[in-house]
Amino acid sequence: MTSPLPLRRRLINGIMLSLTGVCTAVVIGVLFFILGYITYHGIEALNWDFFTKLPKPVGETGGGMANAIVGTLKLLLLASLIGVPIGFIGGVYLAEYGRKTMTGFLIRYAADLLNGIPSIVMGIFAYTIIVLPMGHFSSLAGGVALGIMMIPIAVRSTEEFLRLVPATIREAALGLGLPEWKVVSFVVIPTAFRGIVTGIMLDLARVSGETAPLLFTAFSNRFWSQGWLEPTASLPVMLYTYAITPYEDWHRQAWAAGLVLLMLVLGANVVSRLVLHRRLTG
Amino acid sequence: MALSVLVITAVIAYELYRNSHLSIARFGWSFLWGTTWDPIAEQFGALPFLYGTLVTSAVALLIAVPMGLGVAIFLSELAPRWLSDPVAFLVELLAAIPSVIYGLIGIFVLVPLVRNYLEPFLSGTLGFLPIFQGAPYGVGMLTASLVLAVMVVPFIVSVSREILMAVPRAQREAILSLGATRWEMVWIAILPYARSGIMGSVFLALARALGETMAVTMVIGNRPEIKLSLFEPGYTMAAVIANEFTEATSDMYLQALIEIGLVLFAVTILVNAIARLLIYSLSKHVEVRE
Repeated sequence: MTSPLPLRRRLINGIMLSLTGVCTAVVIGVLFFILGYITYHGIEALNWDFFTKLPKPVGETGGGMANAIVGTLKLLLLASLIGVPIGFIGGVYLAEYGRKTMTGFLIRYAADLLNGIPSIVMGIFAYTIIVLPMGHFSSLAGGVALGIMMIPIAVRSTEEFLRLVPATIREAALGLGLPEWKVVSFVVIPTAFRGIVTGIMLDLARVSGETAPLLFTAFSNRFWSQGWLEPTASLPVMLYTYAITPYEDWHRQAWAAGLVLLMLVLGANVVSRLVLHRRLTG
Repeated sequence: MALSVLVITAVIAYELYRNSHLSIARFGWSFLWGTTWDPIAEQFGALPFLYGTLVTSAVALLIAVPMGLGVAIFLSELAPRWLSDPVAFLVELLAAIPSVIYGLIGIFVLVPLVRNYLEPFLSGTLGFLPIFQGAPYGVGMLTASLVLAVMVVPFIVSVSREILMAVPRAQREAILSLGATRWEMVWIAILPYARSGIMGSVFLALARALGETMAVTMVIGNRPEIKLSLFEPGYTMAAVIANEFTEATSDMYLQALIEIGLVLFAVTILVNAIARLLIYSLSKHVEVRE
């Protein structure tokens, strides 16, 4: 078979296009390697004690991360108390009232910039506004750091899902003579509700794995943390401190913590993907 | 409520500045090019951290940009829709993995691999280059760059893919009808058209790499020295904050660390600002989303 194209051009075409395929295979390969490796070592290390017991002192084997699991849940609760209302209302504002305005643009831009601020800087910020005045580390400070990190994504995803609501639905409601605020709160928001909740879930999953902003806000704790004003352990920080020690048994628990975190994050991603897929197609 | 986003950004800047004024007043601009980091003598210069951050991010981008663009081209030009969407989702999962887990894999898998195979191989073949000389420790700037590269690839892929897919059909059909191969179409007609958006995705990835903390802290070796070789341990701005913040015993020490945070904040805001403007400017005349 003869081709009208010179060999050199065909060769370059073939080589470069295959290279793009190779890139894709490598990237996907890395993902599966990470998932597989964490699962393999994590399952080996995971046991009932991990969820129910407190950490043991250095040198003793066994023990678990019960306090860190509760700590992470408490931090996430605090974070959503801050991030969800602000993010949700901000998103509604952007989608319904700030579409083509200069303020709308500025807020969108600021949200994207806020999203790009390194998480460690958020930690410093929470440290300066809460830890310094109070004089000690606390769950509260950690929750605030995570909560602020949630805002930009909550704003943007809420806005996006509200924009997907067809204009005809809005117009139909307005045509019935409903005032605008009623249209927004009883027609538009319920229509987009599932998407908005999914977006916020993803946002929570993302901050649940954050370590850097907790290092010097929630700090850590080898025991149960009472109330909201004591330092608390959290899964990611515990994972980090265990991973950089030389103890075999702590490494084992770090893998277990890694698996739990990974399941949390990936679970949220896959579930939200399924929910949204159904919404868009059916 | 929506305005709070603006307010928070401003307050963060103000708080960082307010809590580092001691250090700013004492060292002035020389903070940025001082090379001594000596907490005991209270002598603080951030150059080793700036250097470590810039080098690891640059090397990470050198790996991640061609790789990410390759994936984006494959997904937008070659793969059929049924393959492209799930694969794009998988690539985005890579961005969802918490950075401390990258650090965990980095310590226990990548560091030994780099020490036993990659570094001996590089110094054996390219050892005449000063950046590939020295003892293979495993922990060091090379390993940190590799981890960073994997972490920022998804940002390049997802933005670039959407931008490539938004390039008008006419652009493709015109050059194909002139007898171009598929690759020539990508190279001559599509990439230049999408240039500013792709640059945007690269800047976005750069901002991520500059501010990445945990994974880097866990594999870079944490030594405040400026060494040419990528095999040597280094330190980054984010890593020094993560490591030393709770150990900072004097006010000046703490404020110097916060000033590093301020520098990091300023740099990432700037890079992000450029990235977003590049992406917005493109999405204005080709609707990226729809």
